[in-house]
Amino acid sequence: MQRYNGFILFALGSLIVLGLSHGNLINAYIQITIMFIGINIILSSSLNIINGYMGEFSCGHAGFMAVGAYVTSVLNMWLFASDRVFGPPLLPPASAVLLFPVTLLAGGIAAALAGLLVAVPSFRTRGDYLAIITLAVNYIVKSSIENIQVIGGARGFMGMRKVVQSMSEVLDVPWVMIWVLIATGLSVWLIYRFVNSTYGKGIVAIRDDEIAAEIMSVNTQRMKMVAFMLSSGLAGIAGGLFANILGYINPGSFTIMKSTEVMVMVYLGGMGSLSGSVLSAVGFTVLMEVLRPLQLFKWVVIPLLLIVLMLFRPEGILGNRELSDVFPRLKRWFGTEQGGK
Amino acid sequence: MLEVSNLHVRYGNIQALHGISFQVKSGEMVALLGANGAGKTTTLMSIMRLPPPEGPVVAEGAIRYRDRDLLPVPAHAVVAEHGIGLVPEGRHIFGNLTVNENLKLATYARRDPAQIASDYDRVFSLFPRLAERRHQRSDTLSGGEQQMLAMGRAFMSGVQFILLDEPSMGLSPLLMQELFRVLKQLNEAGTTILVVEQNAHLALKYSHRAYVLEAGRIVIQGDSAELAQNPEVRKAYLG
Repeated sequence: MQRYNGFILFALGSLIVLGLSHGNLINAYIQITIMFIGINIILSSSLNIINGYMGEFSCGHAGFMAVGAYVTSVLNMWLFASDRVFGPPLLPPASAVLLFPVTLLAGGIAAALAGLLVAVPSFRTRGDYLAIITLAVNYIVKSSIENIQVIGGARGFMGMRKVVQSMSEVLDVPWVMIWVLIATGLSVWLIYRFVNSTYGKGIVAIRDDEIAAEIMSVNTQRMKMVAFMLSSGLAGIAGGLFANILGYINPGSFTIMKSTEVMVMVYLGGMGSLSGSVLSAVGFTVLMEVLRPLQLFKWVVIPLLLIVLMLFRPEGILGNRELSDVFPRLKRWFGTEQGGK
Repeated sequence: MLEVSNLHVRYGNIQALHGISFQVKSGEMVALLGANGAGKTTTLMSIMRLPPPEGPVVAEGAIRYRDRDLLPVPAHAVVAEHGIGLVPEGRHIFGNLTVNENLKLATYARRDPAQIASDYDRVFSLFPRLAERRHQRSDTLSGGEQQMLAMGRAFMSGVQFILLDEPSMGLSPLLMQELFRVLKQLNEAGTTILVVEQNAHLALKYSHRAYVLEAGRIVIQGDSAELAQNPEVRKAYLG
């Protein structure tokens, strides 16, 4: 029974959030912040697979996010809404209610395939090359989108509001919030299951000693591909959700700055700690919003905080541990650490 | 069982092996002797195909194991599918895991729980020291104990053939003797062994046959007992 406590807690929390948003008891700003928290949780915990558990260094997470965001948005607009470029909707707009998760998943798959393209050449070589290649990919994706005029180029792509609108016409509930919550829960659960499975522990073995992993019959090459695809695929789903929150995306949202933000969350929470990633995503997003009145000085304060953290706690908030290692009592309540907010 | 023929290996444009040929028969314990840089480790790495990216490039030759070509097989498959284990130089154990966890990790690709359980008992009876320290973090073990763990781990991966790279490195003479005695026991129980060693005394004492490598070529080969009497070997390696 206790195995489900984490899940129940997450479901309850989600229902409360949904109820509050539906009844407009919390304003739109707080709703959006909550959705950004969800997206940041997906981003940081998925990047943690690569940078934390596997010990490689990927720094182009926003690139994969962009792939997912654009694929999901274009599909949504093409299928469910009338658009200047794509013409009338292919399917009745109401079907978006059912097919929204499908387009979201399509965005994730596209991002995973982009991840595979990166992984094949870069894992033939060692360490640092992945950092350079992912950095390059981040720029390639951004510049490509800027130069494809059909999807708006540098001006950005919009209209996803219409899709959300048509979903709300069928049933008036906060759809995007629902999908953000579901995707966040599923992603954290999936990553938890992955890194704790015997199969997934292969990536930790790769981090600790690649030669030893190989002679323990871990297929290190394939393992790295699988982990990288999982990570970039989840980033793609996060991107798809991101696009639907504001209903507008532009290449400027997916710069190296965004990738850096995600890395900061990973290192803040602790490498190889899933609950750390979740906690730091929540904390970081809230901090960014709280410091918003400081405007430009936000970018002075946040790096300073980071430097202080790195000086006094270089391993991040939780280091290589999980929340349930720090507070063993949690284990009694949650057989599995689910990271419910 | 294992047949290496005319193996040429180079790193970039440095030729490491100039066409070596040797074989290991089922149930044998064979030693590969030689000085630093003679190509001993390269030979093992070519058999295991480790580590893939910057590892040795086999230019020519063949490595066959049980009549199957081993050259294109990556290391994890050499272990899991062909049943050849490696005890690498420098041990490469997982220091942040306990002895038990290290051994358990070796069963990553195995699906035979009953055999795994009896293999555990076997490892602990071969190395009572590991049994005493089974819950200890393995980076707190002494060098000799770590070497035992690396050997136990290779055994736990369920292989019939174990390659060892310099198992005696950095150990006290007493421990070296003990390790080789255990190797001999393993061998007599049916595991085929190929051991790369600088300590020619020990290797010749315990192995059946031996090959001497010099600058990438096999210069002497024969029964270990004979080699131990060979004047050239005595002069160069036994002092």
